[in-house]
Amino acid sequence: MMRAGIVDGEIRTAALISEVAATGNGATSIFLGMVRDVNDGREVEGIEYSAYDDMAVAEIRRILEEAAARFGVEHAVVEHRVGVLAVGDVSIAVVVASPHRAAALEATRYIVDETKKRAPIWKLEHYADGTREWVGAPDTAA
Amino acid sequence: VTVTVRLFAYYAETLGATELSLDLDGEPTVLEAVNAIRRLPGGSVIPPNPLVAVNRRYAQHSAQLSSGDEVAMIPPVAGG
Repeated sequence: MMRAGIVDGEIRTAALISEVAATGNGATSIFLGMVRDVNDGREVEGIEYSAYDDMAVAEIRRILEEAAARFGVEHAVVEHRVGVLAVGDVSIAVVVASPHRAAALEATRYIVDETKKRAPIWKLEHYADGTREWVGAPDTAA
Repeated sequence: VTVTVRLFAYYAETLGATELSLDLDGEPTVLEAVNAIRRLPGGSVIPPNPLVAVNRRYAQHSAQLSSGDEVAMIPPVAGG
């Protein structure tokens, strides 16, 4: 099973681990991305994530298919959260299970990296000083 | 050719819309759609060479558009 989801509530990691479980899998690899309290030296209060939902799901599915072709993994799930997240909240979870650890670890790394590069998802950082900024935007655009 | 344009993040904020309908003459390409959007008020927030998706897949600027296509201007992505 391979699944990609954009969710607006808390990511339940335990449920994702169950989702990729199979008796032939001896390894489960988990990556969690969390909201950090400081970015570029500025104190962050929270991050507002938004997505082009349909395309984000489609693009992450394409990434999962690539990971299957490259690493032979058959059980992987990605959830990315949108909405306003506080420091410490999980924004993305990638969970991959496979018979052996190397494929699970390598596929996890690939899926995380490609999702960050390609999935149409944006973040608006809210800073402690009351200002906000779109991450990745030129200075003049915020 | 009439296409639906989707805008996100600071592109949407600056142009004041998340979705709009765009009529283009002849056999338009992605680049012609980009140029038309950049001529709208606030459109200069979009660079001349933006990432674009057509029907939820990244597309080249030379790609041909058809009526009913969903053309999305994709700001620099920052997921994760």
